[in-house]
Amino acid sequence: MNLTLSLAWRNLWRHKRRTWLTVVAMIFSNVLLVFMISIQFGSYQMMIDNTLATFSGHVQIQHVGYNENPKIRNSIPTILPLSEQLRSVLPKAHIAARASVFALVSSEKRSLGIQIIGVQPAFEARVSTLPGLLQEGRFLKEMNADEIVIGSTLARNLKVSLGDELTLLGSGRDGSFAAGVVIVSGIFASGSNDLDRSLAEVPLGYFQETFAMRNQGHTIVIAVDGLDQVAATLSVAREQINGQSQLVALDWNQLQPGLRQAIQADLTSAWFMYGILIILVAFSVLNTQLMSVLERTREFGVITALGVKPRKLASLVMLEAVLMALIGLVIGLVLGWMLAYYLSINGFSYPGMEQMGEKFNLPGVIYPSVSLLSMLLGPGLVFLFCILASIYPSLRLFRLQPVEAMRAV
Amino acid sequence: MTAIKCVDLCKNYEQGDVVIKALDHVSLDIDAGSFICLSGPSGSGKTTLLNMIGGLDKLDSGEIDIDGQRVDQLGKGPLADLRLHNIGFVFQSYNLIPVLSARENVEFVMQVQGMTAAERRNKSLAILKEVGLAGMEDRRPAELSGGQQQRVAVARAIVSQPKLVLADEPTANLDSNTARQLMDLLRKLNQHHHVTFLIATHDEQVMEYAERLIKMQDGKVINDQLQA
Repeated sequence: MNLTLSLAWRNLWRHKRRTWLTVVAMIFSNVLLVFMISIQFGSYQMMIDNTLATFSGHVQIQHVGYNENPKIRNSIPTILPLSEQLRSVLPKAHIAARASVFALVSSEKRSLGIQIIGVQPAFEARVSTLPGLLQEGRFLKEMNADEIVIGSTLARNLKVSLGDELTLLGSGRDGSFAAGVVIVSGIFASGSNDLDRSLAEVPLGYFQETFAMRNQGHTIVIAVDGLDQVAATLSVAREQINGQSQLVALDWNQLQPGLRQAIQADLTSAWFMYGILIILVAFSVLNTQLMSVLERTREFGVITALGVKPRKLASLVMLEAVLMALIGLVIGLVLGWMLAYYLSINGFSYPGMEQMGEKFNLPGVIYPSVSLLSMLLGPGLVFLFCILASIYPSLRLFRLQPVEAMRAV
Repeated sequence: MTAIKCVDLCKNYEQGDVVIKALDHVSLDIDAGSFICLSGPSGSGKTTLLNMIGGLDKLDSGEIDIDGQRVDQLGKGPLADLRLHNIGFVFQSYNLIPVLSARENVEFVMQVQGMTAAERRNKSLAILKEVGLAGMEDRRPAELSGGQQQRVAVARAIVSQPKLVLADEPTANLDSNTARQLMDLLRKLNQHHHVTFLIATHDEQVMEYAERLIKMQDGKVINDQLQA
């Protein structure tokens, strides 16, 4: 082994207990960071997947401005042929057309304002989990049937059950008065209060007829198997609407800006805590290295007297810090990976998590995301800050005066 | 041939309001290969003179020339290079690196000088054998006696063939028998390697070995004579 490396390694173990205490602090923080970051990344992944899978999909084609201002007139002409065209160029993606309007829905006892979505019964289940979340009844079957699927809270508020009639009242796309009577065929419970209270779905054909939409709709929803496919899918979708300046293709980031903001806010507060943890560990390293340099003042004085330059001594002290941080990094990473990997298979939960998860559209069990980034991000920063913390003790060696240093006790 | 030339060296230290003249207009010529002892009581300026010649401290005034190099005019870096390649040091309390073996202590400076591992190993084993430590190469300082540790320090000082070895009270921590053995060794190395030795001591036994004895008092050279 190189003599300098060997010297640095042996110097590290002059005070075994002190070195181990510092290394254990690094291991603890590395395991904690790997665990927390992989849980965080896992929960974000689930949050995004659940939110997008429930309703919005990963990419949507809309009329320009519809996302910000969902007016009935901001519609896509001949929506079904365009959907078919997209299915042919994106065979792996799931595609469904929708139309949407805000209308009054009345039962015998109550009337409420809700959002009514016209969906393609044959394709909707592939872009949304709502059809699979039916508590009672069945999902829509035919394109033109006069039936409706409503949320469980809405059913309770309207005091209706399966087979009951509901009256829809609203404005058609041409400004005409729109009205229809539908029969409740299914009641869904998505777990999201907003959806369960104020959303209903009818067949797209019935919707177009009732609300004077002719062949038009408002959104073409595209769902893919993973976030990694979004960019390519978005690009293909944009090619397909190229030349139709009134249409735009948006990805989930643009469709759900609140989702990213929620993630960013959570990341900011989490990294504030992680930062404190990393700084505490860095101070522990600073203390260890400073003590180590101060107690070897005489030895460093002698070595300097022999003609060794301060730069060489400083690099020796830095090397000691690197070795110490490497031990903490490797052991912390292995233990952190083992913990995160175990939980990524068996899941992680704690009392009260289910209630809290509901707020963020998360299930009661979180599966950590074990990736290179989630493994290395925290421990990498601990490593970096530990090295930075040893700069000050190393710099002290440049001020060392051999004669004075050799007098040190 | 003159190896070291010291001209009118002055160094004062301040202790509160009191100015202590550690070196008071000291001038010396030291020939290459000579074996010289600096004697005098504590505080006479022996160690200060060694420190100045070794470039470990700065003069207030005066000139020091080692083989044509003005030590008093060199910056920190060149001074370190001068010490690394031309000057060996032996200290009173050995000052070995405790976590390195005898051989590694000897090799350490050679590594800094940039020698290859094989060259270092050969030289360190040879010099340790020469100072009588064959078979003890892998022992750490704590596993060696005081005399043996000082021999390692001597091996470290001499291994890269410096022009000058400065030894500050090298026998102060040794019993008289071990001190005599060490001085025999230093004298032998001086003759064998033609290295100049400048030894600060107040040990009468050590002075007997000197070719030339320089006595100091209150920062001044009060006697400088060759010995038989």
